[in-house]
Amino acid sequence: MAVRVQAAPFDFGAECGAFAAGRRDAGAVVTFAGVVRDDPAPGGALVALEIEHYPGMTERAIAAMVAEATARWGLCDCLVIHRHGRLAVGEAIMMVATAAPHRADAFAAAEFLMDYLKSRAPFWKKEIGAEGTAWVAARAEDEAALDRW
Amino acid sequence: MTLEVLYFVWLRERVGTGRETVETGAATVADLVAELRARGEGHAAAFADTRAVRVALDQELAGFDAPLEGVREVAFFPPMTGG
Repeated sequence: MAVRVQAAPFDFGAECGAFAAGRRDAGAVVTFAGVVRDDPAPGGALVALEIEHYPGMTERAIAAMVAEATARWGLCDCLVIHRHGRLAVGEAIMMVATAAPHRADAFAAAEFLMDYLKSRAPFWKKEIGAEGTAWVAARAEDEAALDRW
Repeated sequence: MTLEVLYFVWLRERVGTGRETVETGAATVADLVAELRARGEGHAAAFADTRAVRVALDQELAGFDAPLEGVREVAFFPPMTGG
């Protein structure tokens, strides 16, 4: 199990390869990456995304999610990487990887972690456009998504 | 008691600082918010609508009715937008 909160970029392909390599316990590995989408921003196109977080609480909150997912779906392993700071369009913001004996558990655990990272890990996104900035508002459907767990 | 009060995102922008040390006798988060509001225009603006504000006590999410006894760090922020 590993949780990394970092400003530096990460190599999604290399992380996935390293996570999946040499396993004998897991029959299923699921990986997901969140990428900065070219959404409209103040003044037209998105120039960058600035991600703020709460150092300390971020790591604690993610560790608690990982512990719950591991117990609930019997994960063999799990990796969460989430970036903060300034990110350009097309860069990976975060990734989740889960390994379980069977795929249903690996998929469910990854979706659970995604839903919780979105609404219960203390990160906040600011859109930087050509003519200003705007904090991204939380969406009611993201909050509602937690109900299914 | 002495509390470290942290502000994130637009609460930090409105208050004008990300962290302040507060001497208070507030029993609950709601009591503390009432005291903070009286500190000035920036604080009042940050807490104008507490439905848009979330709180963490010692880095665990809590409600506005939560007691502050034994707490050292209080953080205020908007709903999270990770992932």
